[in-house]
Amino acid sequence: MPGEMDEIVAEFLVESYESLDRLDRDLLALERDPHSREVLASTFRTMHTIKGTCGFLGFAKLERIAHAAENLLAGLRDGSLSITPQTAGVLLATGDVLRLILRQIEANGTDGEDDHDALVEDLGKLRGAPTGARPSAPPAAEARPPATQPAPAGPGRRFGFRGAVIDTTVRVDVNVLDRLMTLVGELVLARNQLAALASDRTDPSLASATQSVDRITAELQEGVMKTRLQPIRTAWATLPRVARDLAVALDKRVRIETDGDDTELDRSIIEAIKDPLTHIVRNAVDHGIEGPEARIDAGKPEEGVVLVRAYHEGGQVTIEVADDGAGIDLNAVRAKAVELASVTPEQAKRMSEREAIDLLFLPGFSTADHVTTVSGRGVGMDVVRTNIERVGGSIDLSSSRGVGTTFKIRIPLTLAIIPVLIATSRDERFAIPQANLLELVGVVPGSIEILHEVPVYRLRDRLLPVVSLARELQLGGDDEGSSAGRFLVVLQADDRRFGLLVDGLSDPSEIVVKPLGPHLHGLEAFAGATILGNGRVGLILDVVGLAARAGVVGDVHERLDAERTDDPPEDVQALLVFADAAGGRMAVPLDLVHRLEELPRAVVERSGLDLALPYGDRILPLVPLHELLVERRRAPRHAVEDMPAELQVLVHRRGEDLVGLVVGRIIDIVEQPLDLQPAGRPGVTGTMFVQGRITEILDLPGLLEMREERRRLDISASAGAAS
Amino acid sequence: MKQLATFSVDGRFLGVDVARVREVLRPQELTRVPLAPPQIAGLINLRGEIVTAFDLRVTLGRALRGRDERPMNVVVTTEHGPVSMLVDDVSDVLHVDENAIERPPSTLRGSARGLILGAYKLEGRLLLELDLDAVIANTSPWGIDAEVDDR
Repeated sequence: MPGEMDEIVAEFLVESYESLDRLDRDLLALERDPHSREVLASTFRTMHTIKGTCGFLGFAKLERIAHAAENLLAGLRDGSLSITPQTAGVLLATGDVLRLILRQIEANGTDGEDDHDALVEDLGKLRGAPTGARPSAPPAAEARPPATQPAPAGPGRRFGFRGAVIDTTVRVDVNVLDRLMTLVGELVLARNQLAALASDRTDPSLASATQSVDRITAELQEGVMKTRLQPIRTAWATLPRVARDLAVALDKRVRIETDGDDTELDRSIIEAIKDPLTHIVRNAVDHGIEGPEARIDAGKPEEGVVLVRAYHEGGQVTIEVADDGAGIDLNAVRAKAVELASVTPEQAKRMSEREAIDLLFLPGFSTADHVTTVSGRGVGMDVVRTNIERVGGSIDLSSSRGVGTTFKIRIPLTLAIIPVLIATSRDERFAIPQANLLELVGVVPGSIEILHEVPVYRLRDRLLPVVSLARELQLGGDDEGSSAGRFLVVLQADDRRFGLLVDGLSDPSEIVVKPLGPHLHGLEAFAGATILGNGRVGLILDVVGLAARAGVVGDVHERLDAERTDDPPEDVQALLVFADAAGGRMAVPLDLVHRLEELPRAVVERSGLDLALPYGDRILPLVPLHELLVERRRAPRHAVEDMPAELQVLVHRRGEDLVGLVVGRIIDIVEQPLDLQPAGRPGVTGTMFVQGRITEILDLPGLLEMREERRRLDISASAGAAS
Repeated sequence: MKQLATFSVDGRFLGVDVARVREVLRPQELTRVPLAPPQIAGLINLRGEIVTAFDLRVTLGRALRGRDERPMNVVVTTEHGPVSMLVDDVSDVLHVDENAIERPPSTLRGSARGLILGAYKLEGRLLLELDLDAVIANTSPWGIDAEVDDR
């Protein structure tokens, strides 16, 4: 029986902590909108539940406070009282005291010695009730749920109590999920090995069994991964409260805004970023956001905003914390570094902006006096960085004087299974995340040129910086010396792309990402490690880190841009080339084309002037090409019967609508730089040579709009003629 | 009394607290980590777990192992999970009297001195107790200078 009781108390604790977090959120919401009946009712329900349950479990002191708070909340809910900052403050403080008592219960099973009389009195005063409260008097009987009656805790009653919280979710021990995740990881590896074995044999039943294992593994893996995901909301649920309390203490007005609350992250990562995030937000409120007067003087709204947002980007999760405060005075940072003897004055002077910002992350940088706004800025930033790096993430900040400061935290995939390509270089194997992969190119010796000391490859007339994996990782050997063919893995790192030169490639596979030990965290070239199909450990490349190491992301590209100004424009565009009924060549940018279809003429219907045909579950309006082009419009209107039996249709999407453009013949898709000669007629962007023939590049959206305009005029003209 | 798991590294006789030793493994397939500090020999697959291996020859500034000499793994626990120490040979677990510990011998110089907790005089030889946490923390590539040979 005691064991069961403990379990109930444990459940009560978990639920109550959650309830109190919700209460905090609700109270903050009420400060903004004091009349929201829905929120008022929710706060009352929350407190009511806590009170009822602790009464049932015999925590009298807890019950007394909860009861006093409940009465106050009841008054607010009924409209007999209205919420003031003072009320909100006391209610928030109540939440804190309740948490304190809950922790005491957690520690030693009792609700402590302190009666918290002052708090109960405050709550009573706010309600306008006689002070002193009535600890043992029967309070508003209707507010007491049956469970609070001192009845013996029979199994039936307990079941009833639990029934209130039972829904479709189950609480699972995190260790169980971790174990499941590990097992799924091992299953994925075993599946990879099985697939390798099966590919060598021609037994059809083995192949089909392998396929089944493959499919089930994939589904299982997805399912288990999902069980571990939590919305990032849970990591930042407490931030509005933290910011509010601090802002009140500092006489500032600050609002927290969040974006991407539902971005899902592995729970281990959520845990790891909670503290760093709180620290950064505190820093932003404390040192970033100015006081109300200073803000008004600076022409900003009195209330400062800290925007916290999360989103997935290139296989990583990015979390940004941006304030609209004063920004960081980098000169003061430099001065502080000199003062702390971290750098010499000469070094400080030569320091770039980026290097100066990096100073903020030095351990102890801020332990100096907190007189200036700058010194405070770095408080504990080294700890924040360490915590984030511990889960394999990185943190970066940018600041603009007077405009604000933005922290950017990037968290790579840990504990995750990701698709990769295995590349070899000097007989060593490396995994490249497919999230970064754009394409693969075979290169022959001599095709890599050196331009301004930077190796580049001409990919479809575009210069691509080349990074040799062997050279970057100092694997030895000489790239130029080998005459064997190699591969260029074209990768995207942030907004830059580059080609990674490797010796060989093997099939894509799925791997389990495991973090590298802390001894290896300084290595930006690697995102983690994994067990390969042959049982050996393989390293996973960090494409962004590798690019940064090789200097691709920064200056190399700029030099290439400079080079480019001498050449014709390199902006390659994919074009769909087609011909009109008379054989004239035209083209439109491929990204304007939703689909290409060949549709039978027989299903075309005419209604008035319009042609249309059924397309999937909707109607696709058809526009013959010649109707779009003004001077060809005078040509006799084609009857449907005159069209070819199979219509070549180019489906274009305009917002939600689709339009089918009937062309004579679809010729090809080409990629080439736009080198336009001005065109002499409206609706044509220009003309250029495509595959050696003069081709008109049509402004499709413009043409469609012109057509609509004409038809409006036609209709009003005919209406005018009729009257 | 204290129990030390003992092993040898290029003639040095070393020991670590047996409570820290998780297991001893025969030579394992090592995956080299490019750009890593030199004392990190690579990564091994310990039943699905990825474990960093430290080469004690490098850490202690001793002569490097020949290509054909394959090291034994002494897997120890640390606050960041298991770590493997690459050693030449593994010997017995020995009982030592904690009170008999002496300062590292003066012949031990260089950074290696900071990695030794102390020495025990055994019959005919000296057993050096390794400071595991110092060994693991010592990953800066410039942290090593060769130990002065005591012969």
